[in-house]
Amino acid sequence: MNRAFTLAGLIGAAIMLPALASAGLAGTNDGAGAVLQQSFTAKGQAGMDRLDQDEVQRLCSRAPDGPALSEKEYAEIMASQEASVRYPADGQYLGDWRAGEKIAQNGKGFQSSDDPAQPSGGNCYACHQLARGEVSYGTIGPSLYLYGKLRGNDAETQRYTYAKIYNSNAFLPCSSMPRFGHKGILDEQQIKDVVALLLDPQSPVNAE
Amino acid sequence: MIARHRTRAIAGLAFAALTAASSIVLAQPEDDPVAEYRAMMGDDNPAEFWVMRGEALWTTPRGPASVSLEQCDLGMGPGVVKGAYAHLPRYFADAGEVMDLETRLLHCMVTLQGIPREEALKQRFGDGARESDFEALAAFVAEESRGQMLDVPLDNPAMEKAYALGKEMFFYRAGTHDFSCATCHGQTGVRIRLQQLPNISEAEGARAAYSGWPAYRVSQGEVRTMQWRLQDCFRQQRLPQLEFGSEASIALTTYIAHNANGAVMDAPGMKR
Ligand code: HEC
Ligand code: HEC
Repeated sequence: MNRAFTLAGLIGAAIMLPALASAGLAGTNDGAGAVLQQSFTAKGQAGMDRLDQDEVQRLCSRAPDGPALSEKEYAEIMASQEASVRYPADGQYLGDWRAGEKIAQNGKGFQSSDDPAQPSGGNCYACHQLARGEVSYGTIGPSLYLYGKLRGNDAETQRYTYAKIYNSNAFLPCSSMPRFGHKGILDEQQIKDVVALLLDPQSPVNAE
Repeated sequence: MIARHRTRAIAGLAFAALTAASSIVLAQPEDDPVAEYRAMMGDDNPAEFWVMRGEALWTTPRGPASVSLEQCDLGMGPGVVKGAYAHLPRYFADAGEVMDLETRLLHCMVTLQGIPREEALKQRFGDGARESDFEALAAFVAEESRGQMLDVPLDNPAMEKAYALGKEMFFYRAGTHDFSCATCHGQTGVRIRLQQLPNISEAEGARAAYSGWPAYRVSQGEVRTMQWRLQDCFRQQRLPQLEFGSEASIALTTYIAHNANGAVMDAPGMKR
């Protein structure tokens, strides 16, 4: 992270809410504030460091009635997050859609109650409609049903889809969608598999 | 609101509109297991058993001091239970802090009955093998406010501070998944899988989310309190364990309750 960006973040946080400082909740460079430290205990794989915010989380924690992100902050998040995306070295974006469907169904992973030895999922169905056969889908995100059919399956679409899943904030700062690759929730192969779920013409996502 | 000035984002929205139309053709998911359970049970809410046990706990002398909780001041004077839950959380001058129902019950167990704090906290949540006094007492106290209008004013600096802190917590993003409460409860009309999510940042959603707690959870066969609800949402948020009665838990409860002002209390309710 470059220095200018950190500075902009600090200034942004300072402008945000004077109450922040007195309430003692806001993360500092030393980690989460006193109230948070006293209100939580580490459990299972969820250590206290989970309460610390990175720069993006800090900038994206403003209440909707607070000041909006400035154009500059918006652009800076996009740039730093775009730069975080690690594309596959082999240039292949499409994995196995069958494995992708399992990942999309799997809501396990990273909760204090989850077994870290088990593979974690992407839980895409929590927020998105995907394959037509699955009626138990959430609506926090847009429907991705027929995604590949409507978007096509060219190299640019594959690359965008991979990057969007790797780091949603590279395209929309403060997205509600987790940054799956950047935060290590899904590995490269798992992301390829969900890209295939979205784009492979054989995938049930693209079956009318 | 952030301007979505990226063509891809705009394309995404258009795409969403398109597919929203196609989703109408799909079978509309029906999912209200609680409604089914209610139909099966008639008007009977098993929480009734917790209410009865809670009333017995309230009136029975217990702890080293061997006194009942009947002198416990829930905010409306010692021993007044009727309507008390409709005015919680509130600032308690005797403790010098804002307390929610569970924290106040703990306070009374410790200060009146002489039960050591650690001892009382051992059974903050019941788990089949061991019943929780908090869950029973909370069910009883809540029942005594059924039908009353929720009124949690920010009438002193401590309440104002708790509310501001709760609001900050509500929008605080952290953890592996970048979630805040607002990710799941900051919009109206969305759901996770088939689970409808109340928008707790505005009155109508906050009322729906708050007025039925404590609640009998059909999936767990237990009455759960708001303290339980919050720590379980933090688990889903991938954060560490929220401590029972912690400042953050009371601040969040104050935030939700104040947003829900005007709700007609209907607890103990029944939930999935
Ligand atoms: C907690 C909610 C959530 C989860 C979980 C989630 N998403 Fe998203 N997703 C969103 C939201 C909200 C948007 C729209 C905002 C944006 O573009 O960032 C979105 C947008 C997208 C887009 C861009 C769509 C477009 O039109 O360009 C893709 C692709 C996508 N999600 C794929 C996935 C996949 C694959 C997974 C699982 C590995 C997933 N999402 C999990 C919330 C979520
Ligand atoms: C990842 C998603 C997610 C996050 C993050 C989340 N919740 Fe929830 N919340 C849910 C779901 C799902 C339910 C409904 C659960 C059920 O009934 O089993 C729920 C239920 C609730 C309810 C009860 C609503 C009712 O109508 O009974 C309250 C109150 C609540 N959440 C508050 C919060 C607060 C406060 C936070 C932040 C500390 C939070 N939630 C974070 C998913 C989430």
